[in-house]
Amino acid sequence: MSGTHSDEPSVLQHHFDNLGQQFEASALGMWVFLVTEVLFFGGLFTAYMVYRMTYPEAFAEASHQLNIVLGGTNTAVLIGSSLTMAMAVYAAQQGDRHKQVLFLVLTMVLGMVFLGVKSVEYSHKFAEGLVPGPNFRFEGDAIHAQLFFSLYFVMTGLHALHMIVGIGIMAVLTVFAWRGRYTSRYHTPVDVSGLYWHFVDIVWIFLFPLLYLIDRHGAVR
Amino acid sequence: MDTAATPHSNYLTDGYSLKSWLLTRDHKRIGLLYLFSVTAFFLLGAFFAGIIRLELLTPAGDLVSSDIYNRLFTMHGVVMIFFFLIPSIPSVLGNFLVPIMIGAKDLAFPRLNLLSWYLYTFGGLFTLWALVTGGVDTGWTFYTPYSSSFSNSNVALVIVGIFINGFSSILTGLNFIVTIHKMRAPGMTWFRMPLFVWAHYATSLIFVLGTPVIAITLLMVGAERVLHLGIFDPKLGGDPVLFQHLFWFYSHPAVYIMILPAMGVASELVAAFSRKAIFGYEFVAFSSLAIAVFGFLVWGHHMFVSSESVYSAMAFSLLSFLVAIPSAVKVFNWSATMYKGSISFEAPMLYVFGFIGLFMIGGLTGLFLAAIAVDVHVTDTYFVVAHFHYIMVGGAIMMYMGGLHFWWPKIFGKLYNEFWAQVAAVTIFVGFNLTFFPQFIVGYLGMPRRYHAYPPEFQLWNILSTAGATVLAVGYAMPAFYLLHSLFKGKRAPSNPWGAKGLEWETTSPPPTHNFETPPVVTEPPYNYAK
Ligand code: HEM
Ligand SMILES: [Cu+2]
Repeated sequence: MSGTHSDEPSVLQHHFDNLGQQFEASALGMWVFLVTEVLFFGGLFTAYMVYRMTYPEAFAEASHQLNIVLGGTNTAVLIGSSLTMAMAVYAAQQGDRHKQVLFLVLTMVLGMVFLGVKSVEYSHKFAEGLVPGPNFRFEGDAIHAQLFFSLYFVMTGLHALHMIVGIGIMAVLTVFAWRGRYTSRYHTPVDVSGLYWHFVDIVWIFLFPLLYLIDRHGAVR
Repeated sequence: MDTAATPHSNYLTDGYSLKSWLLTRDHKRIGLLYLFSVTAFFLLGAFFAGIIRLELLTPAGDLVSSDIYNRLFTMHGVVMIFFFLIPSIPSVLGNFLVPIMIGAKDLAFPRLNLLSWYLYTFGGLFTLWALVTGGVDTGWTFYTPYSSSFSNSNVALVIVGIFINGFSSILTGLNFIVTIHKMRAPGMTWFRMPLFVWAHYATSLIFVLGTPVIAITLLMVGAERVLHLGIFDPKLGGDPVLFQHLFWFYSHPAVYIMILPAMGVASELVAAFSRKAIFGYEFVAFSSLAIAVFGFLVWGHHMFVSSESVYSAMAFSLLSFLVAIPSAVKVFNWSATMYKGSISFEAPMLYVFGFIGLFMIGGLTGLFLAAIAVDVHVTDTYFVVAHFHYIMVGGAIMMYMGGLHFWWPKIFGKLYNEFWAQVAAVTIFVGFNLTFFPQFIVGYLGMPRRYHAYPPEFQLWNILSTAGATVLAVGYAMPAFYLLHSLFKGKRAPSNPWGAKGLEWETTSPPPTHNFETPPVVTEPPYNYAK
């Protein structure tokens, strides 16, 4: 089954002609997958946009309840993790096994810091009664503020889920990298997972201003 | 089986254990796995349809209660749309043929392909489980806030089933796109690709651009039911119409997921049975892409009566008329291809004629519906039901059957009985028209859809329709006999029984495991029938 060409390592699958073709296919596959992810989040962004425009005051008020310091910290953490991920990909391309493992682990750590901060934020919201449901407490337009928080939890929750999946992928990559599976000739999985990780970061780059920053000065008429 | 006549081993003889099938990564075997599951779901959906038609034989709702009736038409719609029509041609014929037609050894991601089948099958079984444990009564459209807040049926479970199945569609589309971009044989340029492949390329674009939207939308409905979020609940500030926007943003393009592959099959068959190159090949290829793109711009025509402003209604109406153009391009080009061709009337070609006729009726009545004033009159009547059955059943299933017959000798290496195949094709055409044409009339007269009882003056039309459904059922049952018979008693098929053009006819029937004994190199234009 695993068609081993004399001049190609066994990482070439039987149905490809050469490693170049195999790499291009994987990369394109990941790009297409990310397009589907854009649309997946797109449904939520649409819903958010519609309600933000319909209830601007309530949404502005509700967004003031979010902790901008924690959100900002997380933004910095994620940008840092994108950097370490890029370094991991570079190290893989250079065939540097130790740096590869180091940067993959760093990426995972930053990802976990993000999730840690996020869970602190979530627990604050629980304590403040800002979780949609029967115990929701909010002074002002509570009904529409609750809508804001519904969207907040669904969007950041889905994003966090993507982070968890990403950390899982990194863990697998780290094991393989440690065993020396990725060389300067074959590092497709690292490249492709890097794309995924950057994408998840970019989603946050949109979520942060939309949820935390817009109307911070409260000048809604 | 005489081994002397089969010098080569092929993908069917590649292992006989259950495991060799359930863990296969061969796109051809996966195509057959789909054939099996898709057929099972079709039978199930047809069974529901049968009970619905029986209930409607009499004006009084006497066979089943209104509650059961709601569950029946919902399951009929869910199974037929999500588990039969959407996967049928792409997953069965596309899976089998796309790699062979472009001269590839397999799809780009064989393991992902197998995963798609598992997701599809599990999603389907999950949905069935939800059916057995209570069913759903929302209609396949899951309109909120009924589905999100009020219905006390198994909405959340069915949503999970459809969600899982959605991933199967996405992965199939992704696999096709990458394969078509990266795995074409030397010489197989974009404009030498068969139109079947072009159609699947366009379909795959819809799969990857549309399916995630329905997935997240249904997820929101599910979350709303479980967590009481209020995104679609007017009591909590939400907007039920938002659901309709998101739903139709996928579900209108979804009708093209069903019809574009059918058009791809039609192009292959028209060329093969007219012995001519497709007239205006580039136009037909690009019209697939145009349909895919326009398909995303017309969702608002489903919402003319749902609080849409007059101006958006007008815009959506206009855009809907525009979709007719690329569709008409195809019909004209098929007709021009047949003109002065040496047409032969074998069973697959009979299905093409049936397809073109039914698709034209479906498409023209689509124009009626796109005209706002007419739509307001016939919205949610049997007129709409007839319209979309003409397109989806008359269009997609006709070509699914046509394609299955055309490539059957290639897939299994056996010839079926031509006479019975022709009888079945005609029976299906007659049964189909008898079933659905009366629905145009009764809908125009005002019979609403989704009711289990109706005023007695509509009964005549309903009797005709139920009678037609019986004929149709007989027509659909016939292939089960002569096709299965061919597997055991049929004559061996040569590699090119129709004398058709295309890489799939250059390899043996059935094809070897890696599709070609020697890797093909393409040197001529597509449909090179002239010489
Ligand atoms: C080409 C394949 C087509 C398919 C498979 C298809 C399928 C459908 C389906 C399933 C519905 C029913 C929606 C519901 O549940 O209420 C529908 C309704 C409708 N279709 Fe089509 N359609 C097709 C083509 C067209 C075209 C070409 C047009 C217009 C030019 C069109 C216009 C409409 C309109 C306006 C409605 C809404 C009717 C109403 O809700 O009152 N369709 N179609
Ligand atoms: Cu539509």
